[in-house]
This record gives sequence, structure tokens and C-alpha cells, in this order.
Amino acid sequence: MGHVRGDPRPEDLLRQLAPQVLGVLTRRHGDFDACEDAVQEALLAAATTWSVDGLPANPTGWLITTASRRLVEIWRNESARRRREVGYARQSLPSTSPAPDTDDSLALLFMCCHPVLTPSSQVALTLRALGGLTTAEIARALFVPAATVAQRVSRAKARIRESGAVFRAPSGNEYADRLPTVLHVLYLIFNEGYTSSSGDSLHRVELTAEAIRLTRQLHARLPEEGEVTGLLALMLLTDARRPARMQPNGALVPLAEQNRARWSTEAITEGVELITTSLATAVPGPYQVQAAIAAVHDEAARAEDTDWRQILALYDLLDLIAPGPMVTLNRIVAVAMVNGPGVALRQLDDAAGELAPAGHRPDAVRAHLLDQIGDRDAAREYYRRAARHTLSLPEQRYLLGRATLRP
Amino acid sequence: MKYMILIQSNPRFVERWEALTDAQREEFGRRHLALTAELAASGELVVSEGLADPALAKRVTSRDGETMVTDGPFAEVKEHLAGFYLVDCDEPARAIEIAARVPDAIWGLVEIRPVLDTTEWDM
Repeated sequence: MGHVRGDPRPEDLLRQLAPQVLGVLTRRHGDFDACEDAVQEALLAAATTWSVDGLPANPTGWLITTASRRLVEIWRNESARRRREVGYARQSLPSTSPAPDTDDSLALLFMCCHPVLTPSSQVALTLRALGGLTTAEIARALFVPAATVAQRVSRAKARIRESGAVFRAPSGNEYADRLPTVLHVLYLIFNEGYTSSSGDSLHRVELTAEAIRLTRQLHARLPEEGEVTGLLALMLLTDARRPARMQPNGALVPLAEQNRARWSTEAITEGVELITTSLATAVPGPYQVQAAIAAVHDEAARAEDTDWRQILALYDLLDLIAPGPMVTLNRIVAVAMVNGPGVALRQLDDAAGELAPAGHRPDAVRAHLLDQIGDRDAAREYYRRAARHTLSLPEQRYLLGRATLRP
Repeated sequence: MKYMILIQSNPRFVERWEALTDAQREEFGRRHLALTAELAASGELVVSEGLADPALAKRVTSRDGETMVTDGPFAEVKEHLAGFYLVDCDEPARAIEIAARVPDAIWGLVEIRPVLDTTEWDM
């Protein structure tokens, strides 16, 4: 759990307590599916009641009691096969004792990121069960109808039930096997939130902030896991640039042209500290190397101060431990900065087949490189080609802007 | 990833449709309903609708605060939109799988268009 500074807002407190309450209930009753519904309803009840009556003396106890009562009602409404459990639930009600210090939230996270689930289900379930977000909030954040999210959550829970998963903290082997999936889900949540704030951001939960909060919690539980530290650092170092990333008209500003005075020094300091410690102690994994690259960018006071040699060396390392088309492409960008655009263009030609899955991006990089060697006509053609094939609206705007730029 | 699955139509298709038996048309409709229900259950459906006849289309022009409405049908149009599915799925391959299940796909009139989003790129 993150530290609470001063009096937390009721909604923040609720979201902080949500996984604890769900952990207590699920550990006690086993029925994750019904418990998760019960906690969701208790959270909604608390949001209304607390804003009128103020915070109860023991918020955790209040939530556990309310959710437990709701659980009994859910079970009562279900078929006869649940009857015995209702009896059991009644015996163990109500308890207002706070949760013992267990790894409930860890067990929950691994359950929500269960490998039998599709990525979109893992994201929806994690945001609800761990993040304590309502279905409506998740729907607004993901730009899909609430019914779609509700369906993803209930289907995910049904699949977990069918898989026979047991609610407990993962064992040693499971950690190693499943941690990458958990980190990938957190990374997906972060990326979902890494969108332009052109929408109704006032009523939208910031998914980047949520991803950072959840990854911070995981890091607190697993401080020795280098990749958890790496992912947290990567998120902080990327999010640090957010204030400089967009013009008031919604147009995106590329890294090299951002006003670095607007970057969050607090996030950069924390990110750099995390990645420095973890690189010194853990075996470097892909998140750590990506965080190290982000740190080199963030530490340059001006774009022209960027240590591209170090970035190139880090991409060489990333290419070794986690090769892929995007790594190859980004490495070529670094090559251009170190060895010049001519060398980079030749490498781009050589890697054409390998880069095919990167979609329009190789064309965008080629356009930039052609611009650098002064071939304006060819550059214009590749900017247009890349703009036609991107799926990102702000990127399309940016590329078309480059294509029409006067030399 | 959101994908718009567009169901196009044209006069030739309308002829073929009219040549179908009642039972065949019902089967067509049933398969649409089944696909919609299945996509709703899997949490992939954003919205799906069938559109009324293009004869009911109106064209709207708005210039300098003045709105002009022209009634259809528009003779010059060779193809028209008959309906759509807006889906949100994890993989492009899944969008193709869904499109293949749209009954109109037997006429070759189903088209998938990725939806532009507002995500930033990393460069």
C-alpha cells in the first residue's frame, strides 16, 4: 500500500481498501466471483453513504461487513447448490477485525492476470478488483460501453472458476512463470492511459496514474524483483514527460522538441533512483533496459545533450535479451544519431523483412532520415505513406504536418 | 483495438436478397442476432446496427450557419452502407474471424476498417 498523506479523499481511500476487503472475503469464503461482485456493490454503497454521513470510524470493517451482507444476498439469490455456503457465511459474519498482514493483494493480482484470460479481460478485471474502479469508470477510461466491461469482467471470472484456480499467494515457480504476464497487464493499463487528454478528462480516471499506483504496490511487495522495479521506473520516467508532450491544440510534440523545463523532476529523480539501484543488483530484463533508455533521455537537459552512444549500447543489450521489430527500429534511430543518417538508412534497408510487423513506423523513421540527408521529395512521400498507415490520430496529424513542412 | 466491420450493399445484392426464400432470409437474420449476442457475451461488442433503406437517406449541407437538406435516393451511388458492427478485440486476426461470421460475407460485401485512436507513439 502506498503511503497516505494527510486525510485521503473518500474515493482514494475506497480504492486503496478495495483489494484488502476483497482479499479478506475471498480468503474466507473462496467464491472469488461472488465476492468480487459483493465488494463492487459495497464500494458503490460506500461512495454514496460516506459522502453524506462522513467516514465511518473503521472504514475497512464497514466495507467488510457491507460486502459480507451483500455476499449472503447474492448467494441467497443463487440456486440451491449454494445453500450450504450461505450457512457458512452466516456463521462467520460479521467481522470487523482488520485484515491480517497477508499477501492478499498479490494473490488477487495474480488471479486477475491469470493466463487463461484474454488481455482485455485481464485489464478489466485488474482495474475492478485491484484498482477498486467501478465498471462505469473503467468503461469511460477505455472508451467502450459499460455493458462491454461488465461482460468482460463476468466472463473473466467464469473462466477463472472453470480453470479451478485457488485463491492463494503464488508459489516460487508460479512467480517466475506468471510475473511476466502480470507486468504485461500493468504495462497495458499504462499504455491505455497514455492517450491524448482531448476527451472528457475531468470525468475520466487517469489510467497511467492507476498503473503506476498498482505497480508501486507490487514493487512494495516484491522489492527484489528487478523487472518490477524496472517497470515502475519505466512508467515514472515516461510519465514525467507528460506535461511537455502536448500542445494546447492537442498536437503532439516529439521528444526532441519538448520543453524539458516542463518535465516532472520529481518523477525523473524517483525513476532514475529506482533503475540505478535495480541495475546494480538484479539481472537486467527488458523493462529495466527500457527504463535505463528512458532515464538517459530524461537526464539530458537539452535534446542535443542526449548521450546517444549509451542509448545505442542499451539497444544492443535489449536486442540481445528481447529482440523484436520495435527494438530493431529504435536501435536504427540511435544508429542515425551516433553514426549518421546514411548508415541508418542502409540498416533500414537490410532489416526491411524483419521490420514488416512494425507497420507504418519504418516508413516514418525512413522519412525522418531522408529529411536529414536533405532528400525532401522522398521524405515527403514516406511521411505521407506512414500517415496513411498509422492508427493513431495525433500521429497522423504530426506526419502530415511534416510532409507539408517547407524546407 | 476497435474495428468497424462495414456491411456494404448494392443493387445486385438487393436482387439476390429478393431471390432468397423466406426461410433463407430468416436464417440470415438469425445468424446476425446470434453473432451480436455472442459478441455482447464475449465483451467485444461496442455497438451493432442495421441501416434503413438508402431511399430514406438525407444529405445535409451546413455553411455559414445555414442548413440545407436534400432527400435521397441518390442515383449516382453504386454501393451503400447497409449496417455495421463496431467491435473492440485484442487481435486484428480476431476482427477477421468476426467479419467472416457476418452472414453478408457470402456476397463479399463485408469490409473491416481499423478505428483511429488517440494513442501517442513512442519515437
